[in-house]
Amino acid sequence: MGQRPIYVMAEQDLPGLLIMGIGGTHGVQESLAALLKKHFSVITMKELLENKKEVGKKIQCIFVSEFRPTIDQELLESLPNLKVIGNSGVGVDHLNLKMISNFGVRVTNTPHAVADSTADMGMALMLASARRLVEGSQIAVSPDTNYFAADWLGVEVTRATLGIIGMGRIGYKVAQRARAFEMKILYHNRNRRSQEEEQAVGACYSEMEDLLQQSDFVMLVVNLTPQTEKLIGKKELGLMKPTATLINISRGAVIDQDALVEALQNKTIKAAALDVTYPEPLPRNHPLLKLNNVIITPHIGTATVQATHMMAEEAIANMLSVLNCQPIPSEVFPQ
Amino acid sequence: MLFLFPPTHVDKVQSPRPQNHSRGPWHPSREQFLPPSPLSSVPPPPSFPPPPQPGVPARLPALLARREEDMEAQELPCVLIDCIGGKHGVYEDHAEFLKERFCLITMKEYLENKNFLGKKIRAIYMWYHKPVINEELLQSLPNLKIVASSGVGIDHLDLSLLSSYGVKVSNTPFIVSTDTADLGMALMLASSRRLVEGHQMAISPDTEYFPADWLGAEVSGATLGIIGMGTIGYKVAERAKAFEMKILYHNRKQRNKEEERAVGATYCKKIDDLLQQADFVMLVVNLTPQTHKLIGKRELQLMKPTAILINISRGLVVDQDALVEALQNKVIKAAALDVTYPEPLPRDHPLLKLKNVIITPHIGSATVKTRHLMKENMTESIQAGLAGLPIPNEVLL
Repeated sequence: MGQRPIYVMAEQDLPGLLIMGIGGTHGVQESLAALLKKHFSVITMKELLENKKEVGKKIQCIFVSEFRPTIDQELLESLPNLKVIGNSGVGVDHLNLKMISNFGVRVTNTPHAVADSTADMGMALMLASARRLVEGSQIAVSPDTNYFAADWLGVEVTRATLGIIGMGRIGYKVAQRARAFEMKILYHNRNRRSQEEEQAVGACYSEMEDLLQQSDFVMLVVNLTPQTEKLIGKKELGLMKPTATLINISRGAVIDQDALVEALQNKTIKAAALDVTYPEPLPRNHPLLKLNNVIITPHIGTATVQATHMMAEEAIANMLSVLNCQPIPSEVFPQ
Repeated sequence: MLFLFPPTHVDKVQSPRPQNHSRGPWHPSREQFLPPSPLSSVPPPPSFPPPPQPGVPARLPALLARREEDMEAQELPCVLIDCIGGKHGVYEDHAEFLKERFCLITMKEYLENKNFLGKKIRAIYMWYHKPVINEELLQSLPNLKIVASSGVGIDHLDLSLLSSYGVKVSNTPFIVSTDTADLGMALMLASSRRLVEGHQMAISPDTEYFPADWLGAEVSGATLGIIGMGTIGYKVAERAKAFEMKILYHNRKQRNKEEERAVGATYCKKIDDLLQQADFVMLVVNLTPQTHKLIGKRELQLMKPTAILINISRGLVVDQDALVEALQNKVIKAAALDVTYPEPLPRDHPLLKLKNVIITPHIGSATVKTRHLMKENMTESIQAGLAGLPIPNEVLL
């Protein structure tokens, strides 16, 4: 990872890197900015806007983190020397890949850095939902609680059936974790994995319908593409068991959200646990916020100190490989 | 399991029994948890059918008549339970199963007719630590052979007292293991990733955006220290291994090499070594005099300031006041507790207000399937005990 220059470069000789800002609620973490400054001459959006003509020429890379800065036509037109956009994170559905490609700019993502923490989040949501952890914690601290009821129960995770939709890097790590809970694992993917890979985690390839009908927990771990948009709609929810829980750690738009609300209200499925919605955050009057069989987390699949550092390092390596005309570890192309 | 008694003043039951905790396992002063003196029992009817008596519910004579028939016709053994349904009772659907095998007598029915029913009762089905068993009860149940207690913890029972009355005890150790290990993992993940806080932010009416600087800590690849490597602790280790965690453990006895290798666990003979290295410390011991306040001020200070304490054992294993202080002073980062002392905590307790604490209402084994298995286990134990056969899951002194 991260090719360090073998001689100390003056700051102005380092390639220019555009970031949204440093610190605060929307900027890059201070520690990550320090890391970026070792390899790049870091330029904030504010600095660019103050002097677009002069500063724009210097920028060869953009570090996109938490979907910022927004990459639009106007920005691309003002950066004549831009070579690469290094996205922090694996999802690139927020980037118009075709438009960016038309400008001759490459795009990279960070599939390795996100895998463990996102798989952990999937497991966390599944366990929290099955055991009613959020509800339980509310009871434990509520001023109205004067006893713990004996008949307040959740459902087992151990030995239940988990259906993983999308068995890429993250999905596979979910399977590795779920196996330790003696779960029966079904998976659906564009491409079937090899026999060794399947056996290593005890996963069975299934058609979508079979997976939906047999799973106690359905976990979405696909990327968002035109093919996966609204992958889970009314029909799919209707196929699921009424005792099943839907977990989404992919993108909000993979689910037909209105159909989900209806399914939860009518008890077509039992519960949902969503790290992602569309939009984020949801409007404050959205029905999903009021259902007590729904856990929503604020898109924190990679929100750990360790993962954000690893993502920055992976993005740096990707961007430097483009600038140095070397093989690019994780380039993404328009569909 | 749950302590359901509020820590308020309760009339002491008049008993000649001395306050002697030196025999058998320790448990906190039982006086606190005894119910108020039972209502004075209604004298039993002298004959069948009995004439109506003041204070006796009109249906009681008929009930007793029917029971007598049941008992004779089917010879179902009589088993005492606290009650059916409601907040603490045996579940209705479980009761149906039990009634096919036993003649169930509720505490209320027993108290209304102690002299008659007392002699009939041969077993107690103790669900959620009820009915409470004290010397007075044991004295009134001359034919009591066995107490089947739900869950694995038996710190709520006076084993030597029961033994002195010749009463055997069983629990349900193994079937609670996976659920409890699962909850330990759930609490570790939820605490580390700030799941409860995050959910509150996601649904709060004040939320306009999700801030970029809101971070949790990674579980994968971190160091987990398991204190208590029994059945449950070992299952926690099996699960944690899949998250590529480094696993340290502390136990009365070291496990053998194969067992250690299978989960990649390293023995720490000294608890201090574990406390100093772990990112997550999980308590999975049973409550005994040796583990009471096992984690106190000293142990908390040995922990990393970035560490999280998870308790799925018993509230009394932790010095709760020391824990509050440690959390307030950021001596440790956070805590996730399925058990406290008492349960529930008083509503003004500082633990309820700390942002870096997750508390769950003692739900370690609270799943539909496991509760069914518990009921089946307990039934088997009672049946074996009454038949004079070896008792599955017998708890020995």
